[in-house]
Amino acid sequence: MTVASSLITRSRVWSISGGIHPAEHKQESNTAPIEAIPLPSTLWLPLNMHIGAPATPVVSVGQMVRKGQIIAQSGGGISASVHAPTSGRITAIEDHAYAHESGLKQPAIAIEADGLDDWRKQTPWEDWASKTHEELLQRIHDGGITGLGGAGFPTDIKYRNRHAPIDTLLINAAECEPYITADDRLMRERAEDILRGAQICLHLLGARRILIGIEDNKPEAATALEQAAETLQQRIELAVVPTKYPSGGEKQLIQLVTGKEVPKGGLPSDLGIVCQNVGTLYQIYRTVVHDEPLISRITTVTGAAVSNPGNYEVLIGTSMETVLNHAGAHLKKADRVIMGGPMMGFAVPDIAAPIMKSTNCLLAPTKKELPPAIEDSPCIRCGLCEQACPVDLLPQQMHWASKHRELESAELHSLEDCIECGACAYVCPSRIPLVQYFRYAKGELKQERQQHEESERARIRFENRQARLEREKQEKEARRKARAEAAAKAQAEKKAREGAPSSGSNDDDPVKAALARAAAKKQARAESAAAVEQSPAELKEALDKAKAKFDKASTRLQEAEANGDAMVAALKKAADKLEEKYLSAEKAYQAATQSQETDPS
Amino acid sequence: MMTLSSPHTTGSNTVSRLMLTLCAALIPGLLALIVFFSWGYLINAILATVTALAVEALILKIRKRPVLFFLKDGSALVTALLLACALPPLAPWWLIVLGTTLAILFGKHLFGGLGQNPFNPAMVAYALLLVSLPLLMTTRWAAVDQSADFGQTVTIIFQGGQTVLDGLTGATPLDDYKQSISRLTAEDVLVNPIYQTIGAVGWTPVNLAFLLGGLVLLGLRIITWHIPVSLLGSLALLSILIGSDADAFVPLSLHLLSGSTMLAAFFIATDPVSAATSNRGKLIYGAGIGALIYIIRTWGNYPDATAFAVLLMNFAAPLIDHYTRPRVYGHKAAVKGYKNEQD
Repeated sequence: MTVASSLITRSRVWSISGGIHPAEHKQESNTAPIEAIPLPSTLWLPLNMHIGAPATPVVSVGQMVRKGQIIAQSGGGISASVHAPTSGRITAIEDHAYAHESGLKQPAIAIEADGLDDWRKQTPWEDWASKTHEELLQRIHDGGITGLGGAGFPTDIKYRNRHAPIDTLLINAAECEPYITADDRLMRERAEDILRGAQICLHLLGARRILIGIEDNKPEAATALEQAAETLQQRIELAVVPTKYPSGGEKQLIQLVTGKEVPKGGLPSDLGIVCQNVGTLYQIYRTVVHDEPLISRITTVTGAAVSNPGNYEVLIGTSMETVLNHAGAHLKKADRVIMGGPMMGFAVPDIAAPIMKSTNCLLAPTKKELPPAIEDSPCIRCGLCEQACPVDLLPQQMHWASKHRELESAELHSLEDCIECGACAYVCPSRIPLVQYFRYAKGELKQERQQHEESERARIRFENRQARLEREKQEKEARRKARAEAAAKAQAEKKAREGAPSSGSNDDDPVKAALARAAAKKQARAESAAAVEQSPAELKEALDKAKAKFDKASTRLQEAEANGDAMVAALKKAADKLEEKYLSAEKAYQAATQSQETDPS
Repeated sequence: MMTLSSPHTTGSNTVSRLMLTLCAALIPGLLALIVFFSWGYLINAILATVTALAVEALILKIRKRPVLFFLKDGSALVTALLLACALPPLAPWWLIVLGTTLAILFGKHLFGGLGQNPFNPAMVAYALLLVSLPLLMTTRWAAVDQSADFGQTVTIIFQGGQTVLDGLTGATPLDDYKQSISRLTAEDVLVNPIYQTIGAVGWTPVNLAFLLGGLVLLGLRIITWHIPVSLLGSLALLSILIGSDADAFVPLSLHLLSGSTMLAAFFIATDPVSAATSNRGKLIYGAGIGALIYIIRTWGNYPDATAFAVLLMNFAAPLIDHYTRPRVYGHKAAVKGYKNEQD
């Protein structure tokens, strides 16, 4: 950090809450230059090496491909393409070991290298500034570039979805995880290319400034960036932040270098900031200017079980085992292999899994180096976790809520704002695996929310259906009415039409009139007969039955009234009804016997 | 290959290291008590330690918990030493044994053991003893100007030793001042040789020793400043605002530098299990204890009010926690209360 010129300004640094100082272990891997790993014989390229929709294969088994050729096209929306890292033959498109904690296999494309490393036709753009934004973004998208810092978010999306005008391109050069030095080495060796990539991004964003956030444990890298800025005559602002984990988290770095917080549920672009990792910027440069898609990356291979720890330039798709062997890892001595750093990385279940776009580190520690967890004690609420939390949560309370699955309480304690950095678990004297508890509770919360949404959808669907049925019924009714009216009208019209010419004759016809009268009489008699259809004997039986029922009901009613039973009201009602029935039955019977007597038929 | 969740590395801190450091930080205060007052404190410390470990082991066994695992955490030792520092040094041996048993049994394991107790175990025991055996708890304090040698102390503690006892015990300065000031002026009260220019003879160095231990804990970041500062602050503030008249009230120097004030501020109120959690919550919690100490000392019947003040604020801790959550990164305001009103 010797260069001082008008091009380089030192930017003010704010602070973040909490944070921890774990042993850095950077020395092991940051002294040797980046070394390329020889071309492996077979490469496995997973279709989902990024956040978003998996890519779709556009090659078939047996097909020959050239280096840099697209072998799987990005799916719609948020996605990234996959390219052949070398020339060769497609030998399989099937599920293959994949670096994920679950150990589940994932679809991947296998390429058998032909050893020629034969590039597809490349069209370098030395004059990228003359291209349109859309052309540049398309090139970045077609290059399959994803964030190389670890999350693997497709890069072009950052430049497409912008809500606020961008003021600052923030270069994340903090690399705060212990052990990892991939960015450190890249900056030392290829600082100019990183800044060239940054220039492209600055152009795309229309941003005012390049701000670099770097931890103070990487003075060589900072110097390299300053020298590169001099060479390129590029104005930069350098914010050297104190070494503290997790200052390299995007939200934390933004707070450190601007003093602002990304609002809950918002994006850095809400603050006029786009944050980009140095590795990603380097790749943007390679892709835009040299037409090299993302087919290789720098991966730190380190840990006490590795005899040649350092940084390796690895083709995406190379198996982890190959890389570890090349670095001289004693896999028997290694307690486990971690992808990423010791704070946020995960133990890889199968090292046949290929290096992915997001594999920034392979850590093979011995048991002594990173001892397995000891048995946890109960939480004594000492509050060390709270003092270490970079986002001001209360991990001890969240732990209580998560452990007892009190999801509402967990939510009240803003569980979902947890960035899972692991600082709380690191300082916990009870050695409680806090992050695991929080992941569990987050999963439960998510599931509960999904279930809630589903039931909400079901409810809306049901209500809509009810409304539709009701509407259909009404419409049907309306149609029926309309039809009936139309028919009546038609009838009336018909009648009017028919009646008009023969109106006189109708009234005059005595035969017709007589017939009508007879019909009416007959109908009336039939109606009265219907009432007395039952024989008197049957009616008598019904009458007896009704009487018996009524008597029984009244005795029960009396009993109930005497006992002060609660059923009195109901019984009374029933008795009244039975009495009515009984009386009507009696009437019917009397009418029947009378009519029998009077009616001779 | 092992599958483990992150983080894969932890600091070297453990519960037992935390507890043992706490015990070590208590030693200056305990030594001062022994030097300035009585061998009784040492005997009490030994009795309490043995009792605490024995009772803890027994209950763990009954509860079918790993005995050694929990004995090692040192939490029983902390409770024992706190009681040894807090109980009268010349009380009969069974008082401390009973007290320690009550602390471990009723203060801790009845609620589920380490980390589950809503109240400070040592203070639960202290309060129970004070209410049940008020005479022993208020008259067996060692007088500062008279001291028994080790043999005499053993006799007093284990055999009653009533003949030796007379003249060796006296009221604590807080008690004496409060009783005397109703009859006398401050000047006349302070004639009593138990007082000195600042605070009381013996008690001032003892409190300074506890303060020293407390500062060590602060330096090692085992406790944060919030509770001690707010506790001492509110106690001092009330004493200045209300009790500045030395002819009517116990003066500030006695409040801060006699009795169990410093022990309470740095070792008892800071017990994390039963205290409020967030930094803001701790400030309220500590201030509450300080205020209650002043209120009980001034208008209550108990000359030293630590136990009741701490227990009362233990009750309030969960409520305080609900209303003092810190504002989380990116949030506009802190989430307060029992319902999520943000959505």
